[in-house]
Amino acid sequence: MLSTAEIHEIEEAIKVVPVKKAACIEALKVVQAHRRWISDESLKDVAEYMKMTAEELDSVATFYNMLFRKPVGRHIILVCDSVSCWVMGYDKLRDQLIQKLGIKYGQTTPDDRFTLLPNCCLGTCDTAPAMMIDDDLYKNVRIDQLDDILKKYS
Amino acid sequence: MEKPLTHHIRDDKRPLDLKEYEKVGGYEALRKVMKGMSPKAVQDLVKESNLRGRGGAGFATGLKWSFVPMDVPGPKYLIANADEMEPGTFKDRILLESTPHQLIEGMILSAYAIQADHSFVFLRWAYKTAAQAITQALREAYEAGYLGKNILGSGYNLEMHLHTGVGRYMCGEETALLNSLEGKRATPRAKPPFPQISGLFGKPTIVNNVETLCNIPHIVNKGSDWFRTLSRTTDTGTKIYGVSGKVKKPGAWELPLGVTMRELIEEYAGGMQDGVKFRGALPGGASTDFLVEEHLDVKMDYTHVAQAGSRLGTGTLIILDDKTCPVGFVQNMEHFFAQESCGFCTPCREGLPWVDKILASLDLGEGREEDLKLLDFHTKYLGPGNTFCALAPGAMEPLQSALKYFRKDFEQHVHDHRCPWKENGHR
Ligand SMILES: Cc1cc2nc3c(=O)[nH]c(=O)nc-3n(C[C@H](O)[C@H](O)[C@H](O)COP(=O)(O)O)c2cc1C
Ligand code: SF4
Ligand code: FES
Repeated sequence: MLSTAEIHEIEEAIKVVPVKKAACIEALKVVQAHRRWISDESLKDVAEYMKMTAEELDSVATFYNMLFRKPVGRHIILVCDSVSCWVMGYDKLRDQLIQKLGIKYGQTTPDDRFTLLPNCCLGTCDTAPAMMIDDDLYKNVRIDQLDDILKKYS
Repeated sequence: MEKPLTHHIRDDKRPLDLKEYEKVGGYEALRKVMKGMSPKAVQDLVKESNLRGRGGAGFATGLKWSFVPMDVPGPKYLIANADEMEPGTFKDRILLESTPHQLIEGMILSAYAIQADHSFVFLRWAYKTAAQAITQALREAYEAGYLGKNILGSGYNLEMHLHTGVGRYMCGEETALLNSLEGKRATPRAKPPFPQISGLFGKPTIVNNVETLCNIPHIVNKGSDWFRTLSRTTDTGTKIYGVSGKVKKPGAWELPLGVTMRELIEEYAGGMQDGVKFRGALPGGASTDFLVEEHLDVKMDYTHVAQAGSRLGTGTLIILDDKTCPVGFVQNMEHFFAQESCGFCTPCREGLPWVDKILASLDLGEGREEDLKLLDFHTKYLGPGNTFCALAPGAMEPLQSALKYFRKDFEQHVHDHRCPWKENGHR
């Protein structure tokens, strides 16, 4: 079931567009913001609310990189793997993260703390290598900074 | 050297609030237009300025606007394309984060020129600082009466909203962007009808790049003749250029259109890092053809870069150095394109993963003689005219030019059954 808060936020998004369905991505974003990811159950609830079939809504949900249809941890680490970061040796950063967290790309640590994902160019190529953790952007990331950075996220 | 787009940006890059923006001349252009310039007059001014779109294709902005039917009733839309996701591109971020009111003013003026009544900033999800800056700026602009009903008493109404995306390179393609705004998968639409006639929700729509829109207030304030004097060539205005890769001082700078690649690399980016040499560069993001040493003095504008066999694209150079493997460099990008293909048409959906796999096998030393021919074949088969949108042809640009300029490196991977750069501890 959608919460009152979720319904309120979805209604705000519907106001902006002339067709209700057009707000379906916004609705999915709302649910994800409240629940971290979009389960089958949540998807069905949103679909019903938006007067769409679950299949139709899922075809939209699965298209986008930043809508999560699988559980994710409390914090999401996005490592830029695009060309400028590749040239500047992002692979060492990736390998260190994999080693420190003991997980591969796409996985979540057993304590639910971090999910590790590769990501396309983060638009800060002059400060490569780059990564994001949740809303925070890290530029010119050095491996010896990783412990201090990760410490900030509990 | 004049830098209309960035001269007012603070050293620490914090956004200018409304008062600060007004202090540097902000919203004067809006006042001027609302006091008595017709939409047609604004369109004509932009046409005369010869401004070309900064989103990659370089289409003439005034001409694009002129296709919007002016006499039909009902809603029209103006959209700022702020989905910046072209690998190697980081120019719109600067404008979005540091000078959000400049974009908003540019959008109001552009919306007025086509008599749009609704506008969206389509912002990439990753640009969190920009989202905050724009949200705050929109609030201020509404409070000041620059947005909403009866703007500055002119009788003109405009609503503006921020829409943050959910991540897909295709959202930057203008018709796919419209689908995404309508809550659909970001697949492109057939043209015609062009968005100017039938765009968002079937209504006339203009999509312009952030940097394009930011130029409009200055053109209105200072005129088209002034704008023409900014550049060194017949392509008018300034450009936010950038350089990334192994240079001493990577960064972005607003400069006259027509500076050379050599100036960008040597004067602005501080030259190549010690121990590495320049081998080539993509002049404007991942979907442009390589330029090489012989092109260092090419003027970086739309016309001259095209003459040199590439495209200015986004104007942000990605440098390939002699310690970096060109095959790996290209594979990184083809992997990106394969992942981001929307899957709508077969050559792109099937061809790009094939190209990616071939390049990966070359990198692993498992390449075969015929692989190079297969790659050559794909550069034609996925080229212009054979796919539904420009993603696949764009993806072929770095590949076809790498096969031309760095063919020996590809052949060496096949003959030696290994990547020579890995042997030497480089990539
Ligand atoms: C795959 C693809 C991605 C694109 N991404 C962007 C983008 O992120 N930002 C942008 O302004 N233009 C992008 N474009 C170009 C747009 O389709 C469009 O040409 C541009 O927004 C028009 O604005 P302009 O006339 O001001 O340049 C992209 C094109 C393609 C084919
Ligand atoms: S070229 Fe690629 S991205 Fe464009 S429509 Fe075809 S499959 Fe989609
Ligand atoms: S390539 Fe990593 S930020 Fe652009």
